[in-house]
Amino acid sequence: MAGRKRDDTITADTFLEGIWRENPVFVMLLGMCPVLAVTNSVMNAIAMGVATTFVLIGSSTLVSLLRNVIPKQVRIATYIVIIATFVTIVDYIIQAISLDLYNALGAFIQLIVVNCIILGRAEAFASKNRPLKAIVSGLGMGAGFTIALLCLGSVRELLGSGTLLGFSVFGAQFEPWVVMILPPGGFFVLGAWLLLFNWLRERKTRLELKEETVHAR
Amino acid sequence: MSSTAPLPAAPASSSRMIQVLGGIAMLSGFLVVLTYQLTLPRIEENRQRAIERAVFQVLPGATTRRDFLVDDNGVRPASEGGSGTRVYAAYDADGRLKGIAAEAGARGYQDIVRILYGYDPACECITGFAVLQSTETPGLGDKIVKDAKFLANFPLDARLAADGKQLANAIVTVKHGSKTGPWQIDAISGATITSTAVGKGLNNSAQMLLPRLHPHVDQLKVQP
Repeated sequence: MAGRKRDDTITADTFLEGIWRENPVFVMLLGMCPVLAVTNSVMNAIAMGVATTFVLIGSSTLVSLLRNVIPKQVRIATYIVIIATFVTIVDYIIQAISLDLYNALGAFIQLIVVNCIILGRAEAFASKNRPLKAIVSGLGMGAGFTIALLCLGSVRELLGSGTLLGFSVFGAQFEPWVVMILPPGGFFVLGAWLLLFNWLRERKTRLELKEETVHAR
Repeated sequence: MSSTAPLPAAPASSSRMIQVLGGIAMLSGFLVVLTYQLTLPRIEENRQRAIERAVFQVLPGATTRRDFLVDDNGVRPASEGGSGTRVYAAYDADGRLKGIAAEAGARGYQDIVRILYGYDPACECITGFAVLQSTETPGLGDKIVKDAKFLANFPLDARLAADGKQLANAIVTVKHGSKTGPWQIDAISGATITSTAVGKGLNNSAQMLLPRLHPHVDQLKVQP
């Protein structure tokens, strides 16, 4: 991605980047609104993740296909129109699949339009790369986003309702930790995950540094 | 890409921008309409099924339903068309009227809470309700369908006053633990606003609907 070098090769990294090194939630801290709002259960997290991935892939493909046609001055307006189209499509599809799910996700489906991951990827990646590469990268980013939502959703549902995907885990004696499915719980769990990720990353660099000094001797 | 260039790349002409934006807008419109057309039957079916499920939930024992419209002039089958408040008459396996379900709604903590309630003309009471749409706080606001004590408020007295123009006792939500009459709803402590919304919605709908519906109940009893 660096510089003007045109690199059309698709490597495993094109996909994996979104899952780990450039994870939209845990590394780039993008799209926090749905991350905090709809992760109160695993089902909502999965639905939101899949919906976002669909929009990400759809808009990346179209932006990438049209990247040489769109004049620079109107590119953002064009991206928004394209993204809004796919969000509307997803909105209808979710209504057709399950109204309960649609009601649970509420306004956050429509709000995918303003999710900065999608506009960010359209501007920074899809508009500069071939369609296939943009799709692979979009898939990776979407998977990374979904995994992050799942991380939050499973912890919050487990602690906040004592269930996982609706199945009771702890039995009837468990007193749910209601704060976990309320907005503050979203911040607590996100904070805890960020702590874990940053600790892992810091430990890795520390180990690498140690190894270097050992080799230097 | 051209941010480092001293001059921006030759600006595209206005007509070209319009062409591109117009073209993409048309493509978008086409995609949206296509999806709408393809998903519409499924969405309609889902909505019907959701209402049907709610009707049978609030009127236990019902197996079939018919839709009616209620207005100032009385009651007529919904198939005849026209305007009015839509109600769902539900019948058991023998074709006897089990009750009538209608929609109600009131502002809750986040947004309008839309519910469907069942009215039994035999006891002149509200037998129960189901939530059609709610964005209340999970864990608190959704207690209205889970809390056993709250559900014990039903059947709720909804007798008409002697003049038949309004309810004998307006349905009100009272503070948790201070319920004295069968027309009062004992609020859930911790979900007072949502409980109040249920009471308010039921009262508004019942005050408006029941005086018009009750005199014509016999019309609903016959099932074709």
